Amino acid sequence: MISQLTRDERSSAMYLSGLLVLFGGFLAIAGRNDVLGWHGAMLVFSGAILLFALISRFYDDEPARESRHEYYDDPTKFGVVVAMIWLVFATFVGDWVAWLLVFPEATFDAGWSSFGRLRPVHTTGVIFGFGGNALIATSFHVLQRTSRARLAGSVSPWVVLIGFNLFCIMAVTGYMFGITASKEYAEPEWYADLFLVVIWVVYFVLYVRTLARRQEPHIYVANWYFMAFILVVAILHIINNLAVPVSLGHAKSYSLFSGVQDAMTQWWYGHNAVAFFLTSGFLGMLYYYLPRRAGRPIYSYRMSIISFWGITFLYMWAGSHHLHYTALPHWVQNLGMTFSIILVVPSWASAGNALLTLNGAWEKVRDDATLRFMFVAAVFYGLSTFEGSFMAIRPVNSLSHYTDWTVGHVHAGALGWVAMITFGAFYTLVPMLWNRERMYSSRLIEAHFWLALSGTVIYVFSMWNSGIIQGLMWRAYAENGTLAYSFMDSVDAMAPYYVARAVGGFLFFLGGVIGLYNIWKTIKMPAQAHTPIYDLPPVVDVEPAE
Amino acid sequence: MLDKHAKLERNALAFVFAIIFVASIGGIVEIAPLFTIDETVEEVEDMRVYTPLEVAGRNIYIREGCYACHSQMIRTLQDEVERYGPYSLAVESQYDHPMLWGSKRTGPDLARVGEKFSDAWHVAHLINPRNVVPSSVMPSYAWLMRNTLKYEDMGLHLSALRKVGVPYSDEMIENAAQDTYGQARPGSERADAFVERYGEESNVSLFDGDPDRITEMDALVAYLQILGRLTDVAHQSSDSAQQTTSTGSGD
Repeated sequence: MISQLTRDERSSAMYLSGLLVLFGGFLAIAGRNDVLGWHGAMLVFSGAILLFALISRFYDDEPARESRHEYYDDPTKFGVVVAMIWLVFATFVGDWVAWLLVFPEATFDAGWSSFGRLRPVHTTGVIFGFGGNALIATSFHVLQRTSRARLAGSVSPWVVLIGFNLFCIMAVTGYMFGITASKEYAEPEWYADLFLVVIWVVYFVLYVRTLARRQEPHIYVANWYFMAFILVVAILHIINNLAVPVSLGHAKSYSLFSGVQDAMTQWWYGHNAVAFFLTSGFLGMLYYYLPRRAGRPIYSYRMSIISFWGITFLYMWAGSHHLHYTALPHWVQNLGMTFSIILVVPSWASAGNALLTLNGAWEKVRDDATLRFMFVAAVFYGLSTFEGSFMAIRPVNSLSHYTDWTVGHVHAGALGWVAMITFGAFYTLVPMLWNRERMYSSRLIEAHFWLALSGTVIYVFSMWNSGIIQGLMWRAYAENGTLAYSFMDSVDAMAPYYVARAVGGFLFFLGGVIGLYNIWKTIKMPAQAHTPIYDLPPVVDVEPAE
Repeated sequence: MLDKHAKLERNALAFVFAIIFVASIGGIVEIAPLFTIDETVEEVEDMRVYTPLEVAGRNIYIREGCYACHSQMIRTLQDEVERYGPYSLAVESQYDHPMLWGSKRTGPDLARVGEKFSDAWHVAHLINPRNVVPSSVMPSYAWLMRNTLKYEDMGLHLSALRKVGVPYSDEMIENAAQDTYGQARPGSERADAFVERYGEESNVSLFDGDPDRITEMDALVAYLQILGRLTDVAHQSSDSAQQTTSTGSGD
């Protein structure tokens, strides 16, 4: 890491590490009677480690001048490995909480180990830890290749990656200590939220500055999606997390909005975190790695444009479908439903564009598990966006809402689409990054593929069953006109499905472990004598200023 | 059209602004009017604020992630109204910063659980849910009974809540810690002062049954017992037959 930085860059990295120590020190002192203090101490410790590493290697040789004319892939390498570690950790926690619903006594008589505190550890770990690192890592890689330019900065990519991971660690440790803002998928408290805003601004500036260096006249589709991801997530994050802390020494804050306005803001955020984090960003991934792996150009440029602007415009209206039949005014519910249904058009345009790109390369899909991951991802993307539009219809939602059906739907998207496209992208990317001829083992990729697919199918089918049974039981009437089942009857009916779900989740987790092992072994493989040339080099027209 | 887009694709900043513009419309149209249209939240006379002990209990409810499995929003569906009580009105969560409507019912809705069960039932249930509901899948919260409640700083909490719009008086903020104690100690002087500030309807009780300490159990039970009881307006409108949608499947 440090060997790739010039002395000037090393000293600016030292200033930034010093800032981190100062910020952490402030939190540690102000929050000394609170969990906040522990998080401050953690930041001080992280900053100190960085400072120490930078100081001890400050006078090492500077990188060769020519290396400045190459793509800068160290941050991407870091992001890929860290994303896989987050995946293994967070799917493990997910499977753990799934088993807690089967064996509710399996807590350790302590707060940190109960379902309510561990569940956000799982969701934050997979969405932000795994998904976020995967997006940042691949976006840096795609941005440079499609712009034929080196990243506009050597320190700022590390600020983004290290800062983002510190945010994730503050989030998941905070939940276990009982620090949460309780807004789903926006649980971190005010100080972590502010920290993320700074990191995100650095990410955006880096992205736009690199685009400004591009040697291709057009900005490639994948970058449209990555830009929408960065921009809209910033807007959502800032507005939904507006809050007043109890004091500067308290981790706890009270959200600015309350009741119905808060509910609408939260689900405007929640649904668009799905849209711009889990859809837009990963479509960016798909638009680059799928055509590369298939060796075929994207089927339709026109469809790309329609689906991009369709998704960017329509999703922002759809959040209110999470609030059907609630105290939210009817007109907002109706708007949400209407736009959710229209959303199937741009969503299917993307899925169709991906599948039609593969049309003519089906023998590759059959033989190559990496490409098959991306194919299955596109299929699950199509299925879960259709399912989402369907569930947004008010009468359907009256059955599905509050049940496991929603959980099944989310996992069809998260496991089937988000994770599968990432695995396909990573298995394409890892040999390129480390200049290996291929992945360590194609049989392990094959094993990962079947574990991931069977795990996802078992998971989703068990949740479809349990969710629909729950929904039907809650609304069933006996002949005498009273409700036919008590709530506990519906809980009892879930037992077999909770077991099946935990088994499916375990298979998926196992696949992730194999994936991490395979990537690790690839990194450890000796470099090939004749490594293939994967990319056209960046075009260098001006000497970088440093 | 495609030509114009080809132009846009060449200009990064124009593209950035186009994304911000296109993505902002939905939120502006759907969210902004919720703050300005008066009918969004009903106006009622008898709406109360949470007492300091209830705020502390609510914070424990949040801390433990209870909302991950319990909703607090009864929908306008006939079976829900029959199972849980009158459907939830917007005003009932007017002082909920943040709202806890929830999105999942692994356990039942809690919007109207207040005063449905005794304090003793809640304590027994939280210590081990399976002691009172044999096939429950809820975790045990026995350690709430062992944790002493931290309430010296409740004044700061009420003052932060006032900043975001909850009408606490100066007197309430000043006496927040004493009132926390008073609500959990019936018969004490502080209990009388507490009732004077928060009204006769407020709930003074020895929630966890332990007269020696104020525990986190006290706070959480106090919160659970106020759910759905901050105002009676939902019950009044149910007399005039709530308009619900019937989805019943059995006949």
